Amino acid sequence: MADAPKKPKFDLAKFITEGQIWKSMFRHGYTTSDRDRSLSVLTNVFFHLHPVKVRKSGARFGFTWCAGGLSFFVFLTLVVSGILLMFYYRPTVEYAYNDIVALREHVPFGIMRELHRWGAHAMIITVWIHMFRVFMTGSYKPPREFNWVIGVILLVLTMLLSFTGYLLPWDQLAMWAITVGSNMARATPFLGHEGPGASLLSIGDIQLVTAGSDVRFALLGGRFVGAGALLRFYILHCVAIPTVVVILMAVHFWRIRKDGGISGPL
Amino acid sequence: MIETFRQLVNSFASPVTIFTSAMVLFILFVTFPAQMTSPWITLPIVAVVVAFFAVGLTDPHFVSIVTAPDNVPIVALLFITGYFTWYSMRKACENDRRMARGEPPKEKLESEEKVLVFPYLIYIEFVIALVYAIGLVVWSILLKAPLEEPANPTVAPNPSKAPWYFLGLQEMLVYYDPWIAGVLFPTLIIIGLCAIPYIDRDTETSGFFSFKARRPVITVFLFGFWILWILLILVGTFLRGPNWNFFGPFEFWDVHKVVPLLNVNLSEFIFIKWLAWGLPKQWFVREAPGIILVLLYFMVPPAILAKTLFKKYYKKLGPVRYSVMVMLLLFMLALPIKMYFRWAFNLKYIVAIPEFFFNI
Repeated sequence: MADAPKKPKFDLAKFITEGQIWKSMFRHGYTTSDRDRSLSVLTNVFFHLHPVKVRKSGARFGFTWCAGGLSFFVFLTLVVSGILLMFYYRPTVEYAYNDIVALREHVPFGIMRELHRWGAHAMIITVWIHMFRVFMTGSYKPPREFNWVIGVILLVLTMLLSFTGYLLPWDQLAMWAITVGSNMARATPFLGHEGPGASLLSIGDIQLVTAGSDVRFALLGGRFVGAGALLRFYILHCVAIPTVVVILMAVHFWRIRKDGGISGPL
Repeated sequence: MIETFRQLVNSFASPVTIFTSAMVLFILFVTFPAQMTSPWITLPIVAVVVAFFAVGLTDPHFVSIVTAPDNVPIVALLFITGYFTWYSMRKACENDRRMARGEPPKEKLESEEKVLVFPYLIYIEFVIALVYAIGLVVWSILLKAPLEEPANPTVAPNPSKAPWYFLGLQEMLVYYDPWIAGVLFPTLIIIGLCAIPYIDRDTETSGFFSFKARRPVITVFLFGFWILWILLILVGTFLRGPNWNFFGPFEFWDVHKVVPLLNVNLSEFIFIKWLAWGLPKQWFVREAPGIILVLLYFMVPPAILAKTLFKKYYKKLGPVRYSVMVMLLLFMLALPIKMYFRWAFNLKYIVAIPEFFFNI
């Protein structure tokens, strides 16, 4: 009696990884071969921000402090926690403060607001550290000048994001911090009504730059921090500035690769 | 014992002593980086700072300011940036020593070699993201986000402070009017940062930590970063109380603290105190000395420096880049100069034309 060919044992792992569904998602294996590792980066849209290979000196924590990557990750956590907060928050004078109180009192184990606020502080610190590292390693030098400039703009936008978000809880801390901050705009040369040169801009006796038409008014949507300012800051914080930041980040990341990857000595 | 220490600190603390001692420490740091970053000097400094905070935390006023939820990041910032400054300087000194021996910088040993991003780089990013995420959750559970009374436009808190990362600018308001401290200087900080790579273009020192070959550039940057930005934030947050008066770290923030305002304009110094003529009626006569002084400040040093101290920079950079660099440096120095004038002579404005809101 010849031995019948033994039926192979059912292997769940194989069944899954060799099925059509799995293969449609992942087109390569996960062995430690260079080919699979390269494909891990090449076939993944998120990893694909990276090149397949980098300088060994650049893949060191001691060199990059991972501060740029961490800033991006912090930004992502802020987007997620910010979207969650938007479900609970209405940017009007009537509701804003109460919505924040409700968030604190009624949402079980609610740390969303904390995640968002401390994340915002953390992002400012990580972005400063990133700039500091890039400076101290001389990584801004040609051919990376323009990417440094974009980085500086992103740094400013990070602080503006945090600044616009500071108003939204609509408590005393928020209102007066924004009042102090935006009062500076009053003194903008020519464009602020208490700025040098503003009084020169007039037609006869009619002042062109007044408390009702200067840059501060444009920023706040009013002569003081009120309902108009709350709505403007909300839209700047949730839509306008993040859009610009995302576009500039795309340019920033793309330029890293176009300018030769993580910097190294020549 | 602790009480005497507190009083000693309070009586020593003032804008001028703090700024000056920070300057001394800074100059020591950039003059002797190798010695200053050695454990023998670093550890005692860290010990003193930690001991200061430890002793400070026994004081209720100190605790109430330092542990205010929005101020916690600043304390963290102090230690984090301090650590990274120390770290980068130490690495730079190590590379300087290597290059003095004729060896390449340490980064060079590995810069020709390439590694796969997956797993070597993504692994680092993943671990950092994980550590941050855990840290953030712990931080969020331990510390509640602040929420004060509902916004009330009729009741202004005293002091009213901007968010902490802008407190350096608010602190500058003590010395300059808003159009300079709040508009001109921030604009120049942004322009100045953007201008760095167009002025400092030596690619031989790019891509690794180094100090000796870049001493002037790093000194200017660290001066701006530590003295004109972080130090001013620390002073603005921790040491400025009601009416933006200065308070020692262990001093009660008394709303009724009386500080005499004795500040005098340059025109008053000249026409009243020295010449005893009384102030001229027309503003352009009255402010002529101040205007001339400011113009001289921006025109004479660039010309003299181009022939003397900065001769090689002038040659290397050409007239346009050189002028931009010197202008930015002069604007940067304008802040400490005015600060010391204020502390030494109670000088209020060098040029005071309130008719046009134009005060310098």
